[in-house]
Formats: sequence, structure tokens, C-alpha cells
Amino acid sequence: MSLLASLRARLARRHPSLLRQRPREALPIELGQRRIYVVPTAFGIGFGAMLIVMLLGALNYNNNAALLLTCLLGAACAQSMYGAFRALHGLRLEAIRAGHAEAGQALIVELRFAAPRRAHAGLCLHVDATRHDFSIAADTALSLPINLHTERRGWLDLPALKLESTWPFGLFRAWSWLRPDVRVLVYPARETAGPPPLGSGAESMPAPRSHELGEDYAGLRAYQPGDSPRRIAWKASARNATLLLRLHEPPDAQALWHLRWNALRGLDPETRIMRLARWVDEAQRGGQRWQLDLPAQSLGPDAGSAHYHACMSALALLP
Amino acid sequence: MSAARVPAPRPDARSFGLLSLTVAATLALHATHLPLWLSPPLALLLTLRWLGFRRGRRFPALLRYALVLTLPLGVIATYGTLFGRLPGAALAVGLLVLKLTETETRRDVHIAVAFAAFTLMSALLFGQSLLQTLLVCAALAPALATLLALQPSAGATRAILKTAVLRLAAALPVTLLAFVLVPRLATPLWGAPGMQQARTGISASMSPGAIGQLLVDDSPAFRVGFDGPIPPRAQRYFRAVVLWHFDGRTWTSGSAARHLPLEPLQALGPTQRYTISMEATRQTLLPALDMPLQAPAATRFTAARTLLADRPVDHGLRYTVSSATAYRLQPHLGARERALGLQLPGDDDPRARALALHWRTRYGDNPVAIIDAALHRFHDDGYRYTLTPPPLGRQQIDDFLFDTRAGFCEHYASAFVFLMRAAGIPARVVAGYQGGYANRAADYLLVRQADAHAWAEVWLRGRGWVRVDPTAAVRPDRISLGAIAAAQGAGARWYQAAWLVGLRDRIDVLNRLWDQSVVGFNALRQRGLLTRFGVDPQRWQSVALALGGALAVALAFGLALALREPAGERDALGRAFDRLQRRLTRRDHPRQPGEAPAHYLTRVAADLPAEQAAALRALSTQFVRLRYASTQPAPRLAVRDWIRRARELKP
Repeated sequence: MSLLASLRARLARRHPSLLRQRPREALPIELGQRRIYVVPTAFGIGFGAMLIVMLLGALNYNNNAALLLTCLLGAACAQSMYGAFRALHGLRLEAIRAGHAEAGQALIVELRFAAPRRAHAGLCLHVDATRHDFSIAADTALSLPINLHTERRGWLDLPALKLESTWPFGLFRAWSWLRPDVRVLVYPARETAGPPPLGSGAESMPAPRSHELGEDYAGLRAYQPGDSPRRIAWKASARNATLLLRLHEPPDAQALWHLRWNALRGLDPETRIMRLARWVDEAQRGGQRWQLDLPAQSLGPDAGSAHYHACMSALALLP
Repeated sequence: MSAARVPAPRPDARSFGLLSLTVAATLALHATHLPLWLSPPLALLLTLRWLGFRRGRRFPALLRYALVLTLPLGVIATYGTLFGRLPGAALAVGLLVLKLTETETRRDVHIAVAFAAFTLMSALLFGQSLLQTLLVCAALAPALATLLALQPSAGATRAILKTAVLRLAAALPVTLLAFVLVPRLATPLWGAPGMQQARTGISASMSPGAIGQLLVDDSPAFRVGFDGPIPPRAQRYFRAVVLWHFDGRTWTSGSAARHLPLEPLQALGPTQRYTISMEATRQTLLPALDMPLQAPAATRFTAARTLLADRPVDHGLRYTVSSATAYRLQPHLGARERALGLQLPGDDDPRARALALHWRTRYGDNPVAIIDAALHRFHDDGYRYTLTPPPLGRQQIDDFLFDTRAGFCEHYASAFVFLMRAAGIPARVVAGYQGGYANRAADYLLVRQADAHAWAEVWLRGRGWVRVDPTAAVRPDRISLGAIAAAQGAGARWYQAAWLVGLRDRIDVLNRLWDQSVVGFNALRQRGLLTRFGVDPQRWQSVALALGGALAVALAFGLALALREPAGERDALGRAFDRLQRRLTRRDHPRQPGEAPAHYLTRVAADLPAEQAAALRALSTQFVRLRYASTQPAPRLAVRDWIRRARELKP
């Protein structure tokens, strides 16, 4: 082990948060004094040099009023070192909530920061190449949405987050690296275009049934925002004075989409996954029931959002 | 909250406004000594630039370059050089305002703030009075607020200004510590500071009108703290310089007088011990009460017993002297002194000489009678005391004595000594200060430049040099009231109202404290102070230890403050709950893990007697309401009430 590496290892052990590469830690993360580092900024160094010039001038001209002014400015600036420290100290990263995104899309992750003791001003969170400025009032919490760049399907470790502040005067920069033990699942990208699903039994899948034409519905339920207006049972609604929605008979075996990994022979695995992802998505949008057969597991038959996410997760996690 | 993709936000109108305010304050503080062609255009440029920035305009780069080139040329045209205090300040202020024409990035604002701080400091090189220093320190607040406004999500402007002021106030203890401990330089590193500065106060020569300029200058010349009571006004003559040589226009010390031996002094009564705190004069003359016995350290006597400092008084000086108010100075006059004391220029002023000869023949060898004749002439023959005398011609003394008959102390002293010399009595002009103002708020005497005065000393056989004040013959209230009051006539002015006098007294006490404790805190005083705390200023290890120790203590103290959490009302409620819980736990009512506060208190209440149970239940309800009912912090009074009732509960 080279000297540099051993030094680095020791540094990482003694001051775990000085470096970006620190072990991941469980939430909530509270910023304690051992993980906050403070150094002067470039402006701070320049300002310090100017203070020294002022000090020499005041001493040389034996001008005590100027010396007092220099001392006052110097003390206020030195004190701002603690200001930068206090801007971070005591801040908590309480929770992280991740949305869903397909590979290549931006994944929105909400970081929930809390200021349990006092207000924190002038905070800046660096994620990848973007910065997010925020401040938190005392005794409140704040949800900060950040966009993560995704490339591949599967688990994505949350990148190291750098929380920093140059509060109050921009002379000192305090920073702390956060590596929360959180990973988010990135769904596979869908292929943009391709053939419709091919079942092993049916050579051509029927187009999604046009339910509007039949009256064969199994029941009614109240309309909710987002429901298709085409499914509104107008006659029943008129009788009940509320909008009612037709519930269809469970689609018959013919309507079940059977999406099978093994049916896509001759394609490389990633293309298979992308095609299956597109089929799952289409089925979900069309209100279909579908079954997904993968090499190691079989999902469904089922319909709805939970089934969709289960299928996408399974696809995302395929080896 | 905002998510910005640019690496650094550009300065907004608010931070530019605060920066403009800082620069305006800097310009105002420098305005008194900037050349007249510079300050108004700079103020105009600043205003226009501020308005332009608010409208999102950029300043034309070509015009900026032109101005940057013009400024040094203008400074050179005015002062002949770019270096030195005045041209330097003009250049710095000009460049600072011009820097505002180029503020497109945060970095530009940073540079401007740093440069403004430097320029503010340079304003103190032109005067370090308490007021000036306070104003300059106050101007730091908008400077720091500018930096605060550059911070992301900085908050409201009022909050920013408040933060800036609070930061400055919190810096005061460390400021004072640093001020006391920073080692002072015994000799300057470069330059000879203060050399270009105009000298003030009584100077070593008296040309017509020299004292007249001083008489309208209300600034303090020096302050005197007497060990005993302040002597009466008529005795308060402070000699600064003795003028032997007259060339018909100007009185000077004369080069011949430099080689005379020290005049022997015999005190004839009690002596006065006092300490004088001089304001900066940039010359070496030191006033002392008529007549000093010994020269204090770092000063020396001239032959005629006026004090000279070893170095020009650039930053104020304190010295302690003893003086005798009744004395005999040089009872035997040597030939050289007599020759100097009778010197007259050429054959000017024939009418004055004739008058003196007339007295000489009339009174013979009776100098006292001749002096009386001269004083009577001043008193009775229509002489006026005025600070604005008509101009005198070539024959100065004659014109004054026989034609204009109007003038102030320098005219009377000059004419009187001329007459004495012409009549064969050795005489000399003494310039200094007379009177002064006894501060009622503190026991000291304030002597202003306006108290400058000139009088005469004549040598009488057996009595030595005797002080004669011919001005007193014309206007006795010049001695009892002061020059300006004498010129204006008696009667109380609006500014002499009692409350105003009291206020001015107090302000002057502050000024005196400031001069003594801050402006006059030099290497010598620092050494004295450090020695008292066991630091040996001669050994650098000792000084380094003291500096390092103080720095370490300040750092640790700052860290402790930074780690301290505010004890807000919310915490007060939480702490009071914890106290209640501890007390209940001691009474065998511990709180179960995971038990909610309200549930816990209600459960304990079930085990208590009825009255206390009701109180505890009320506390429980109230606690939940205070803590959780509103997103706003609980009202302070309600929290206090809860704490009091929890304390009163005796389970």
C-alpha cells in the first residue's frame, strides 16, 4: 500500500466525511461537528490579504483608529467562519422519496431536510453538476426535489451529495458530504416502436376491445378525476345524479396479454427487456390484463398500477 | 428556494444597491478633503450608474476606459503626483466609484466591497476623531450587507442589515483584544507619515493674520488635567513659543536665540502639576503653563523655557509638567540676550519710534512708567479689538498704532514689543494659548485653537522677564471670556444655553476619553499595559504566548458559541416537560418507552389524588395544545404559564 493510499485511508477513518468516498449511512443523517469542514474561499483569501495590507498601513501610519477599524473588520470576518459552520451544523437529512423513471429520463428524488433547532440560511446542495439553493426556517422541514440523471436500468445508488454554505459573507466555505444509504430503482427504457405482443397461442392479439359498444358491464362505481369519460354510464348517471362509471366484466382469456420472455428468441437480452417494457406499458395504458413470464418468475395475470410496477421492477432487475 | 443551473448567480439589484450605499458613504467620508472637481462628478456618476443598473443597463466600456485614464491625469494635475495621502485618497475613491461601472459578476461586487473597506480605512488617515471613526465603522454595515445579499436565499433587506450590524457588534470583544495585543511599530516601515500634512496650531513664527486664522478654529488644541484645582482664567497663559526677531512684518524665534543658555528660573510660590493631552499638530512646539520648571521625557527646553518635542506630534501626545505661576526668570540679562531683546528692523515705522523716544525722554529710566504709558494708550486712545481688522500697509506698526487702531492680540503684542524695544526696554513676543474652557462634566480644561493668543514679556531689572498682555488693556474680557466672545461683545448666545453647554461638555469628555485610550495608545502605553498583565514586551516569546493564548481562547469561545443552541421558548417547554417527567419518575411514575407525553401524563394522573390528577390532566391537555395545535411557535405567555403550573404541581 502506497504511502498516499495509507494516508488517505487513515484520513477517511479519522474524518469520514472529508472525502467523497465514505461509507454509506442510514437516514436520518444529522450534520454533527465532526463531519463539517470549513476552509476560506478564494474571496476569503483575497479579503484576508487586503486585511493584512490594511493592518500594515494602520500600524505604519501609527493610526489607531484605522487599526481599530481593521481589527473590527477582521474580527467580523473571522467570526463568519463560525457562521459558515453554524449554517450546516444541526441540519438533518430526514428522508428521501424517489419517484419512478425509465433509464435515460430524469429521476425526481425528494430530499427532506429538517432544521430542528434553528434557522439555516444560505445553503447550497450540489448533486452531480447542478446546485440547489435553499434555506430552512427554524423548526420546520423542507422537501427539496432534485433531478437525477439515469443511464441504465436497475438499482441506482444515490450519488454523494455535497451540502455547502458560504454564509454569511462568502469568506469561508463549510461543506459536508452526505452519502445516504439509499438506492433507487430505474426502470428499463421502452423501445420506441416495434411489433405488438405475440402470444404463443394466438398468432395475432386482438386489438383492445372497444367496451363502449357493449353493455356487458359488471357494475358501477363513482367517477373519479382521471377516469376516461368514455366509460361514464350516462343513463345510470342521469338516474343517480352523480357521474357513474361502468366496471367491465373481467376480460376473458382471449383479452389476456401473455407477455413471454421465451417468445422473443433471437433477440439480445436488453432488446427483449425493452420490448417487454413497452408491452407492459401498453397493456397498462390500455387497461389490459396481462401476464409477464420471465426466465425465473411469472407475474400475473393481473392488471393495474401495482402489477405494472411489479413487472417493471422485475424487468429492471433482470441480470 | 430555487434551483439554479448557472454556477454563480449574477448580482441582483439589491446587492448592487447596498454596494452603491457603501460607496456613497465612502465618498461622503472622503468628501472633505477631495478636490472640488472630483467629488460632485463622482457622486453624479454613482447616482447615474445606480439608476442604470436598476434598469438593467450596462455601462459603456469605452467610456469606462476613458474615465479610468482621465482620473490619474486629473489627480496629477491637481497634486503633481499620484503618491501621498491626498492624491492617493483621491485616486482610491475615484477608482472605487469607477469599479461600480463594472459589476457584472459576483466577483466584481466582491472586489468592490474589499476595495471599499480599504478606502474607508484610508478616510481615517485624515482624522481619527471619535465621530469620524464611528461613521467609518457604521459604513462597514452596508458593506457587509452587500456580501450577505450575494448569498443564495439571503432573506429580506432589513434582516440582512440587522444581521450585518449584529455581526459587527458581536465582533467587538475580539476587536478590542486584538487592538490591545497587536504589536505597535516603534518606527514606521516606510515613508515618513504625516509629513505632507498641514501643520496646525501655533507655529514658530507670527506673520500678520497667522493667529487670526486660528481664532476662528473651534477644534481642540489640547486638554489639561490639573492635579490640583484649575487655576483662575487670568493665570491660564500657556506659552508655546518665544519670538525674538522682527523683520518689520513677521516675528520669528530668530537663529541667534537658538544658542542662548537656558534662562534660570526661581519659583516664588506654589507650583502646579498638570498633564497635557495634545492633539496632533505635526510640529514640535508644546504648550506649557507659564512657567514650566522641568522638561518632561522626550521633550527639551528652548533657552526661553518653551517646550519642544523630540519628534513632531503626529498622533497626539501626553506629557506631565510642573509650573510655577509666580516666579523670577533670568534676573540678570546677558549682553546677547539684551541685544536680541532690543532688536528692531532697519528704520521702519518712524512714528512709533518717535513715540517711544518721547516716552523715554519723559519718564527716563523708569520702564514701569513707560509700560503703563503704552497700556494707557491702548486703553484710552480709541483702540478697538476686532478679529477682522482693516489691512495694514508697509509701515505696519505705524499704520496700526496711528491709523487703523483696530486689531487683535498679535497686533497689540507686536506693536507693544516694538514700542518697548524702541524705548530701550528688552522685550519679546510670546505666542501660545490663553484661557481655555473648564469642562464641568469632568475636571479638566479644554483649550481650543481659538484660544491662541500672543502677548509680551519685558525684562525688568531685579524682576527678570515679566509677562505683559497689552490685549488685556484694550479688551479685558478677551482674557476673561475668550477671543470670539470679546470680538462679538458680551451677552449670552443661543449656543451658550445651559443644556447645550452641558451636552457639549459630555461630548468633549467622550472625545477626550477616545483620544487618551484609543488614539494615544502607542507602543509605550501598550508596553505598560502588557507589563501589568505579566507579559514581558521585550521578549518575543512572551508576546507570542500572550497573542497565541488570546487567539486560542477567542477561537474556543467562538466554537462554544457556535455549538450552543438557542434556548427558545419551544425548548423551554420541552425542558420543563423533562423536569416534570424526572420528578414524576422519582415518585415511581416512569415514562414507558414510546409513550406519548399526553398519554403518559394522563396515565400518571390516574394514580394521583383527585386534585392533583385534575391539575395533571389540565397540564397534559395544555401541553398537547401548545406543542402540536399550531404550526406557529407557541405563545410565550402560555408557555410560561405552563412551566409555572408544572412547577407548582406536587405529586
